[in-house]
This record gives sequence, C-alpha cells and structure tokens, in this order.
Amino acid sequence: MCALLLASIALAAPAAAQDHDAHAGHAMPSASEEQAEPVDATHAEHGSMDHSTMDHGSMEREPEEMDHSAMDHSGMDHAADAPLDASGPPPRAFEGPEHAADAIYGTEAMAPSREALARENGEFTGGTIMLERLEARLRNGEDLYLWDAQGWYGGDIDKLWFKSEGEGAFGGDVENAEVQALWSHAIGPWFDLQAGARYDFEPDSRGHAVLGLQGLAPYMFEVDAAAFLADTGDVTARIEAEYDQRITQRLILQPRAEVNLSAQDVAARHLGSGVTSIEAGVRLRYEIAREFAPYIGVGYEAKLGETADIARADGEDPDSFSLLVGLRAWF
Amino acid sequence: MLNANPISRRRLISGSAALAAATALPMPAWATGSNLAGARKGFGTLQGEDIGLTIARSHFVAGERSGHAITVNGSIPGPMIRLREGQTVRLHVSNELDEDSSIHWHGLLVPFQFDGVPGVSFPGIRPGETFTYEIPIRQSGTYWWHSHSGLQEQLGHYGPLIVDPADGYESQYEREYVLLLSDFTPLHPHDVMRKLKVSEGYFNYNKLTATSGDMPLSERIRWGGMRMDPRDISDVTGATYTFLVNGHAPQDGLEFLFQPGERVRLRIINGSAMTFFNFRIPGVPLTVIQADGQDVRDVAVDELQIGVAETYDLVVEPGAGAHTIVAEAMDRSGMGLATLTSTAGARGAVPPLREPVTLTMADMGMAGMNMDGAEGGAMSHDAHAAMDHGSGSGAMDHSMRDMSKLPEDAQGAGVDMVSPMPMDRMDFQGLGLDKVPHRVLRYTDLVSKRPNPVRPPERSLQIHLTGNMERYMWSFDGKKFSAVTDDPIRFGFDERVRVKLVNDTMMAHPIHLHGHFFELVNGADATHQPKKHTMIVQPGGTATFDLTANEPGDWAFHCHLLYHMHAGMMQVVTVRPFPEGDA
Repeated sequence: MCALLLASIALAAPAAAQDHDAHAGHAMPSASEEQAEPVDATHAEHGSMDHSTMDHGSMEREPEEMDHSAMDHSGMDHAADAPLDASGPPPRAFEGPEHAADAIYGTEAMAPSREALARENGEFTGGTIMLERLEARLRNGEDLYLWDAQGWYGGDIDKLWFKSEGEGAFGGDVENAEVQALWSHAIGPWFDLQAGARYDFEPDSRGHAVLGLQGLAPYMFEVDAAAFLADTGDVTARIEAEYDQRITQRLILQPRAEVNLSAQDVAARHLGSGVTSIEAGVRLRYEIAREFAPYIGVGYEAKLGETADIARADGEDPDSFSLLVGLRAWF
Repeated sequence: MLNANPISRRRLISGSAALAAATALPMPAWATGSNLAGARKGFGTLQGEDIGLTIARSHFVAGERSGHAITVNGSIPGPMIRLREGQTVRLHVSNELDEDSSIHWHGLLVPFQFDGVPGVSFPGIRPGETFTYEIPIRQSGTYWWHSHSGLQEQLGHYGPLIVDPADGYESQYEREYVLLLSDFTPLHPHDVMRKLKVSEGYFNYNKLTATSGDMPLSERIRWGGMRMDPRDISDVTGATYTFLVNGHAPQDGLEFLFQPGERVRLRIINGSAMTFFNFRIPGVPLTVIQADGQDVRDVAVDELQIGVAETYDLVVEPGAGAHTIVAEAMDRSGMGLATLTSTAGARGAVPPLREPVTLTMADMGMAGMNMDGAEGGAMSHDAHAAMDHGSGSGAMDHSMRDMSKLPEDAQGAGVDMVSPMPMDRMDFQGLGLDKVPHRVLRYTDLVSKRPNPVRPPERSLQIHLTGNMERYMWSFDGKKFSAVTDDPIRFGFDERVRVKLVNDTMMAHPIHLHGHFFELVNGADATHQPKKHTMIVQPGGTATFDLTANEPGDWAFHCHLLYHMHAGMMQVVTVRPFPEGDA
C-alpha cells in the first residue's frame, strides 16, 4: 500500500507541477503596481463571477458589456478612485524623540522594558531532543538494536544541532556509533544548511567534517542529506528521506529510505566506491501523545556494488530483512 | 448549575453568576495575593473614580483540566470594569507576581502612556509595585482589558470593560449579559510556544488522513507540493484548550435567565489567546448592534465568527424555553457552552461539533486565479488561454512565493508563501461559515450607525502579513518585531491614510491597532464605514482600513493571536509630533 502511494505521488507530481506552471506564467501584479493595477482580464461571459472581492480602483476601466446586475457589489473595495500616494509618511512623522514613552518615564526606565519586549516578541530560543528511532531489528541470525537521535537548541535562524546514531547486536558489542555537532542555519523557509563535525566511536575512531542540508522537501518529505570528509581524506555521503502518511489522527505510516555513498574505496570500512548501501523501511507508529509513539515495521538493508562484493568475499550476506519494533519519542 | 443574575441597566451592581454561586457573597471581599482555593470563575463589577486591581498567581480548574493561572482580584475572568462616558478613572494596578505585569485597556482611547504595553507605552509594573493609570473616558461601548506582558493573557489575566454612554441607552433591550469567551490550557504557555516551534501541527487532531476528509488525491498532492496543510485552521486547539464562557467550562452549566418577551442584549467579547469562535444560539436570530463597541446599523444574522479581541453587541428576543449558546471554535475542535433560558435549570439541545474545516485555494491567495477547487475565480478565460502552459518545473514555487512583493530586507526563512493574487475578502463569512445554510455576518454587512467626520485618505500604505508554519515564524513584511524595534510604522498627526493589509499566509489574523479606531473600507459609503480596533484579515486575502492618525504617541500594532505576536507579528506605530514631557 505504501509502495502504491509512493508510486502514485511520483507519477502525479509532474502533472501537478505542470498545472501550476501554467499559472506561474500568468503575469501577477507586483506590490508596487497594485494600487493602480487595471483589471487586465477581459470580462466576457462572466455573469456568474463573484466580483465582490474586486479591487475597485479599476472599475471604470471595465468594458461596458459586463453584466453588472449579476454582480455582488457589497464587498467591493471602494478604495481609491484615483491611485493614492504610496510614497511614505510626511516629514512631521519623524519629529520628536525616538520613543514617545521616554518623554514621560525617561529613557533609563524604558530601555530595559523595550529590550525585553523585543526579546519576547520574535526572539524565541528553545530546543528539543528527539529519538527518531530507538528500535530492535529482529532478523535471521543476530538481532540488532539501533538508535537514531537528534536535538537542537537555538532560535529561528541559527541553531546548534546534534545528531547521533549507531547500532549493535544484542549481547554483543556496539558495531557503529557516531555523534555529530552542527551549526544549523536557515537558508530558506524549509531548509537548513548544516556544517560541523562528526566523530565515530565505532567501528574505529575517526573524525569527519560535515556539510549537509536538512529540511522539508516538496510533497512533505523530510530530507537529511550530508557529505562527510574523513580525517583520512575519504569522502562519503548519506541521504535520508521519510514521509508521514496519516492513517488516522494518531496512527501514522512512515516510509523511510536511506542511501549511502562513497567517493572512493575505503578498505578499513569495507566500502567500495559508488552507492555502498541502501536501507528502506516502513514503520507504523501510534502517537499515544505526539511525543510518545511506539511502532512496528519492516526494514530491508542491502549493500550494493563493490561493497556487496566485499561483503560476500567476507562471507556476509549483503542484504537482509528485519522486523522492527521501536519507539519514537521527543522532549 | 449556576444562575447568572441579570445586570440591570439602572442598577449597575455586581452580578456574576459564578461569583454568587461560588462564594455566596453579594460583593466579593477581594483577596489580595494568591487564593489557595484557586481562582474563582466569573467576575464581579467594579466602578467609580478609583478602581483597585491586584494581579496574582493562582490555580484554575476548568472541567477536567487544571493548571497554573493568573487572576486579577482573585477571579477568571477578572472583574468587569464598568465606567461612564465623561468620567475620569484612576485604575490602581498592583502586581503580586514575581515577574513584571501590565494591563492594556483594549479598545479604550487613552493617553499613550496609559495604554499598558511594556516597552512601548510604559516600563511595565514590577513585582510588588502599584501603577496608577489615569484615563479620561471619552467613548462608550463594550471593551476588555488584558495583560500585555509575555504570555500572561493565556493564564487568565483578562476581563471585561464596559463604558455606558453619557446620555444613556436608546430603549432597545430590557436585560443585558456580558459573555467573555476565552480558552484555557493546563500547559504553561511557554510550553505551548515551544511545542508550536518544535512540532508543526502539534495540537491539530483534525488533519486529513488516508481515512478521512473528502479531498481528492490530486488536490492533496497539490497541497503537499506546496508543503502546506489544508486543515491548518487553528494553531492551538481543543486538544489542549477548554473553551470558557465567563470562566465556565461547558460542563459547568452556566445559564443566563430571561423573561419571555424580553429583549436581551449580549455583549460578546472574544478574550481568548488563540481561538476564533463561531457564535450562535440555534433558533434565536441575532441582531448585531455594535462591533468593537461602536454602534452599527442593525444586522440580523443567525451566526457570526468573532475573531480574537473583537467584540460584538447583539440583541436577541428568545422565545420561552431554554436556548443553547454555542461558541464553537473555528477549527471545530471544541466549544464553549452556556444556556439562555426562561426557566432556571432547563437545558436546550447541544448541537454536535460540525465537520472540520478544509482550506481552499482562495485561502492560499489564489482567489484571483481560476484553479480547480478554488473559490472566486475572477481570472479571465482569455488570459488563461494566453498563458504559457509549458514553462519549466519549479515555477510553481516561485509564483507562490514571489519575494519581490515584499520589502528587500524581508527575512526569507520566515516567509513560506506570498499570496500570488490576493483579493479583498471583506465579504467572507469566515473559515467554515461560507457554506452554512443560514445568515452569517460579514464585514460588508457592517455600517456605522452615525456618520463619521472623515476626509478622503491622503496616502496609502500596504503591509504584508507573513509567516512560516513549519518554523512557526510570524511577522509583518517578513520582518519580526525584534528586527524592527527602531523602525516604527510612522504617521503624521491627523494624517488620513488608507492601509491595506495583504495576508500572505493561510491563517486568519486579527490585527489590532492600539489607541485608535480605524474605519473598514468595506463598501459602505465613506462616512458610514464601520469603526473597529481589531480587523480580521482572511487567509490569502486583503483587508483595508482608513485611519485618521489623531492619537499622538507610540502604539502597539500586532496580530492578536497571542503566539503569533510572541513569534514576532508586531510593530510599533508612531503618530507624530507628540507632546514632549507631560502629555
């Protein structure tokens, strides 16, 4: 069902985009033109139109054949018969002290409250810690545990972002473990540019420089893509995407995919160059609260290309299915 | 069950139902400081030349929810302040909190230094201090008061303020009640804010799902492509809010008595932090006689949507029996309830919550575009045909977010949409009320009862209302208040300006200008445009008002959705020159 959904989105997306392109091609009035903007559309065959929201500045320019009797004029903006001056306030609006209340209460009394007001209304600072995935991965052979957490602290534009993920076998050693500390800067309404450092504890100690993008892509896909430059000079990358499909208000199906890439062979990590592995999973979670959602799911992991060859040569299975049981929680 | 004593027009004595029931005292012995028993529900009445108000921490229980609260004189709402036009009132406000506080007199014309906005009109009231506001009363009508410090308003720091006209009332009604609608959450308001910042849609349990909502897949994909939620009606909902009428939860059974044949004046005040209410009394027509305390020509409707901070005065003539007063949250996540009844204890039927509201393309600022599923559709077919349908992908994003329409210094990260073709929506009944099968008030129905002495506007000003749902950022012209504290919106004293607000978001914003009344440009003739202090700008649309800037000083100008203001949707308006020294 999920695959079906994804497929339908993939197919429908270009069609939807095209639909909207059409409208983009139509000239929209810009802010500066709006005051004197004439109605450029021809008003033939529009008896049924709701003109109640029309800008009236341009009424007199409308063609005579228009059927006014069918129009609802009640809501018309009887604004400017002639365009109004929009050039800004008159000189007297700049007279006097900078702040009115200073003249009554004194600058000394007012300054702290003014600063507090600015802080209160627009300078939110806060943070969160989110366990995206805390799960058991049950499969033939050994069962694994996995954690994938992140958190941030900061304001609307700049945040300190932390991420950690890793996995290991129940009763065994931690196989992979990494932490990232990133500066996250909003570069648009939906995406943050993230730069910082990553440190791997397992399988071996290694530092990386990180450059990535995280945010919400069109069609509501949460995306996290990052490139890593290791202290050994190796370059790797990871792209993750997930989508929340609400079944009910609290039951949510989340397809998730991850692709790992390497620019070169990394012998120590058993990686060949190219796409090294993919991971696809579907998790069905129930939000007991928004902050607390246990889930079940299935996952498929596969090493690809040279990396798969290396695995096979090591006597490992290059791909596997897992049954997932876990918890998504945040604070 | 609680009886609301009527407030006689002649004997303006205290009369809160709740108060009488809860304390059985004719007049409250105002507790100073915290009330260990928790906040009382409802309000008493204070009048005279000198009025004392005490702000204190408390605890409040509403239905099954309870939490921290701030009371004024021990109750939620705080006391009704009842004044007479022409008097001068001194309001002595004592702050017993451990943080600064304030009271703003919403809708009252005041000297700017007594407007009560810390950081704009005065320094605020420090813990343990008493501040005296001295205000000559030069108007009448239904208003309210509330804290303008931080998020205190959410905690219960609000109350009604009524000014009786100097020359008395025209005989239009025999009985009157004040209904202050509000929203209570057991969460700390800072926690509400953090959840909104961290998790978009946190409080929304009316989202479209695979199993609900009748939107076709193609349309859902279109919304997804824009990264917008068509069910995003209210940021904070009944998932955490209990909706109150005069401090009473629905299960409290608040009732207002009347004698059959009486005309009853209802003074409706939306004192909520975040909730627009659909107000109706099924089976009882509502005659609107005032909007924001200003007389308007009678308009008969069956329902009206009241934005945050607006007030409407209605006259109803209910038939004998019990009628349910319904204040349904705009997003249909809950309702405030009371009963208007001629028999104590009788109850009318409570209508179920109606279906959740789904936004349309008109709410995305595409009213002027002829899109499937869109409302309006004023675009010419010729123009449509002439359009280039083959341009490259990605253009959709561009047309929905043309930043060139905003000032150059707009913060792009805070703007997720710029309405491509916003149209005047003064005639819109409100989200969810455009298709109901009865009469709903529209701004275009409001006509000032008396002519206003006005001039034609000398200049125009356009302000964009901007935001980013995902990051929960809100601003004017793409600039949060913290970015423009030294760059106020300027008016010359007595200047007449036509101000057009362009809503580049898909939420309805109740925009409030302090210290003034402006006139809605709503199609009424210039001298009869209705005067208001708060105006809803519908999603993706525009709304225009004319302002005579004749109150010198600095004034707050903001969205009255509390968390929108807190996120930065605020500016200072300055009217100059103003008198220096003592005003």
